Amino acid sequence: MRAVVILFALLIAVLVLKAVQVAGRVEQLSGSPAPVADDQQLGAAVARLNEQFHRQWQAENVQVVDSVDDFSVLRRLSLAMFGTVPSLEDIRAFEHDDQPNRIDRWVVRMLQDSRYSDYFSERLARSLVGVEEGPFIVFRRDRMTAWLAQQLHKDASWSQMTKELIAAEGLWTDRPAANFITVARMEDEGLNVNKLAGRTVRTFLGQRIDCAQCHDHPFDPAWKQADFEGLAAFYCQASLSPGGVTDYKSGEDKQEVVYKVVDPGAETGRVVPSAVPFHPEWLPADGGLRHRLAAWVTHKDNRRFERAIANRVWGFMLGKPLHEPVDDLPHPVDGETDALDILGQEFRARGDRLSVLIRMIAMSDVFRLSSESSADDEETYTKQVQAWSVFPLVRLRPEQVIGSLFQAGHVRSIDQNSNPFVRVTKFGNENDFLNEYGDLGDDELLQQVGTIPQALLRMNGRFTAEQSKVDGFSAPAQILSFSPDNAALIDNCYLACLCRHPAVDERAYFLNLLESTTEAAAEKRQANPEAPAASPESKPTRTRAQVVEDLVWTLYNSPEFSWNH
Amino acid sequence: MHLNPTRRQVLQFLSACGVSLALPAMTARAAARRRDERPKSLITLWMNGGMSQLETWDPHPGTKSGGEVRDIATTNKDVRISELLPQMAEQLHSCMLIRSLTSKEGDHERGAAFVKTGYRPEPTLKYPTLGAIAAHELPNSELEIPQYVTLAPDRIVPEGGYLGNQFDAFRVFQPGMGLSNLKSYVSPERQADRLQGLNVVSRQFEQRRQFGAKRTLHQNTLDRALEMMSSEQLKAFELDSETSGVKAAYGDTSFGRGCLVARRLVEVGVRSIEVTLPGFDTHVANHSGHVTNCKILDPAIATLIQELRDRELLDSTIVLCISEFGRTPGINPAAGRDHWPNWFSCMIAGGGFRENTVIGSTPTDVFEGKKADGKLILPAEPVLVPELYATIMATMGIDFRKEILTPIGRPIRFADALPSAYLLKNP
Repeated sequence: MRAVVILFALLIAVLVLKAVQVAGRVEQLSGSPAPVADDQQLGAAVARLNEQFHRQWQAENVQVVDSVDDFSVLRRLSLAMFGTVPSLEDIRAFEHDDQPNRIDRWVVRMLQDSRYSDYFSERLARSLVGVEEGPFIVFRRDRMTAWLAQQLHKDASWSQMTKELIAAEGLWTDRPAANFITVARMEDEGLNVNKLAGRTVRTFLGQRIDCAQCHDHPFDPAWKQADFEGLAAFYCQASLSPGGVTDYKSGEDKQEVVYKVVDPGAETGRVVPSAVPFHPEWLPADGGLRHRLAAWVTHKDNRRFERAIANRVWGFMLGKPLHEPVDDLPHPVDGETDALDILGQEFRARGDRLSVLIRMIAMSDVFRLSSESSADDEETYTKQVQAWSVFPLVRLRPEQVIGSLFQAGHVRSIDQNSNPFVRVTKFGNENDFLNEYGDLGDDELLQQVGTIPQALLRMNGRFTAEQSKVDGFSAPAQILSFSPDNAALIDNCYLACLCRHPAVDERAYFLNLLESTTEAAAEKRQANPEAPAASPESKPTRTRAQVVEDLVWTLYNSPEFSWNH
Repeated sequence: MHLNPTRRQVLQFLSACGVSLALPAMTARAAARRRDERPKSLITLWMNGGMSQLETWDPHPGTKSGGEVRDIATTNKDVRISELLPQMAEQLHSCMLIRSLTSKEGDHERGAAFVKTGYRPEPTLKYPTLGAIAAHELPNSELEIPQYVTLAPDRIVPEGGYLGNQFDAFRVFQPGMGLSNLKSYVSPERQADRLQGLNVVSRQFEQRRQFGAKRTLHQNTLDRALEMMSSEQLKAFELDSETSGVKAAYGDTSFGRGCLVARRLVEVGVRSIEVTLPGFDTHVANHSGHVTNCKILDPAIATLIQELRDRELLDSTIVLCISEFGRTPGINPAAGRDHWPNWFSCMIAGGGFRENTVIGSTPTDVFEGKKADGKLILPAEPVLVPELYATIMATMGIDFRKEILTPIGRPIRFADALPSAYLLKNP
């Protein structure tokens, strides 16, 4: 009995602590984010970026669309940085923030939120190690993403992270960056240096030279087969042992480990020395092969390095990279500076932290452009899309769809402070949904349309049914209970699902439905008992709760919900 | 008076009267078509995990690599197959066995990607599967259900690759047990209201996004999903109208039901169907693993071929039984066999491919894939997967040489080889 009492007391104590914690957090959220320190201001850098686009638009004579309101920007930011639409709680706090530089202050706060580091680490991991299960035992994707999240949370330097990834040594569990190497283990072959070379160039330099593994690049005379082989040779000393990733310095015969390529039909392999395809002067003279490669890749003058990450982060933020495919950038041209260079230079000048890229993009004019266009013909619209003078319409990623469904089904933000039950349910829902909806794999920035099974899942799947239900503490139930009138009810549903207020005709349509419910009819009868009874045909059949559920279902299935716009 | 008309005669008669016994996807006339008058369909039976050639189509009993399995005579007097496939032994006169498929991919994901697409996987481009190419090239405008269906799929989903995810296979996780997400969870009246509300909200979105919204295909996809929800053709996924005898013949298993649904989908005009049988990754206890799996495979595949023949659909349907690779001639200490891409087998029936034939042979008691000088050891008469796929495409009426400009700007051909007339009945 005593044990039960103690347990009960402990439970109460935990609940009280949790309540205090949540209350504290709500207070913190409801306040405005603090001003950004003077030495962290990016105004001049953003102005440079904007100027570049305005010059381009003028030169190409393209129509530039209007800007959107801050609510739309908040939705875009939340989708890009948290993978969900903003919660009604956050929207209301944002709405009441009337201090200057609202967007930048909110971005800075979002960068400190673990939802950002968790979500961005998952997206970065795709380019670093793909989405495959990877080799058994020696590859731990979860450790890799946790390490990336940690680095992002402390706003670590990207070049430092890159060096750790390329030159990682140790156990894949103890030194998570080593998973970048171990994922390239092939059954019966050991580490596949070709896979590592291809991935290094694609991820860190934003270029594709994979086909040069077997022959000179067919479309780009700059990439020769020898370039690929020379880069692959930097990984030839890496090996896997029970102690993790190590670098063999010498083989069994005490000879230095060298990289050999066996040509088709050849009896023996030829030795290929490690070599870089350009600017060998950036390569340090000393150090292990992988350390030297890492130093060359991240060298301060290597424009490809900064352009690659700028293009990828642009893709994360807008759903579409500046150059497509994301890892097939053109060679940088001496004396020419484009938007990627500007982003890259400002990023380098500020300690090459991803947060700088995110803030610059979030504050740029392009990020604020509307996706609405008054173009009269398809050609004009295409020109606008190509010149980034209209915001691109991009299908939400699968985890953004379920993340948004789940967030819109709750009034409060779902984060690390949420009730454990809510978090566990979210995790389970996400996995089940992704299994059914499908994942984009490594090609996450490839533009795709939706499929019929996805439309069926959104319309008839259990996830939509659960999140639109007026039940317990769900957002539809709370909105129904606490909205002072029908107009506010519709407004809250729109904000929770689409992060905007309804248009006039939308409000009128749903108001009409809410005024034709059984409850509305009962109220009218009560107010005017003498009025003649309605005919059976015109008698309302829907309850208010059903109309709210139908409204939320409608918003979940609208194109606006499943597209970034 | 002729009182014993063939099924074809009955169908022709009913068709002339405007009546069709087939499920209502094709027009009555199209449904009545038989043999090679009918557009071809492809049923791929995917043996997931890597089926052992030695325990199935290519046994080597009495040898060191042969293991415990014995062989049995078949309806092809020159060919013996594993004792684990007794019903298929009775169908072998309708089939072609290829015992000499070769691959270089010994990893499940890479092997499956290669055998499903005919291209070795590469990091910068995803190739479409053979089924996706068929759906892309041979659209059936009468069809209200998907053109490409995968039944009881494994984790590796057949994909549209560079053709776009609209050509991904439609997944049915539990064949014959109902489809998920095809029924609205509210009354028809409420559903109608919801769709009306959706029109209001969609109109608002599309108002100033005329061209952008059109490119999303959102409305188009939604309309097709709604059309599918109310389609009579969905009955092809149900087995209620099948007799208990037929269902028992296929086997009361997910794979058996999948094969039966596959036959029904062919009847309504679906062009490519894949049915998966998992459990072939027998690194441990290979023999007992294959005993278990062949008990599922044998009745299902034999009944499928028999039924297609009875319904005069075998000439227009290619049945391909294949896996990502074979298994090692050597038996490991856990009594298992490991991955072996050097040579493996597949079975093809129908669709104009040769019958009563075996192509290729494999060496006995060779346990290494390479010679001492590093050169690969190949089976006799090796057949390349791309060559097989080019032949299937040509047979189905697909231009295997067609080039598609992929999203990375590279033009790629559907098939990376030329067809082999040697594989066909009437080249």
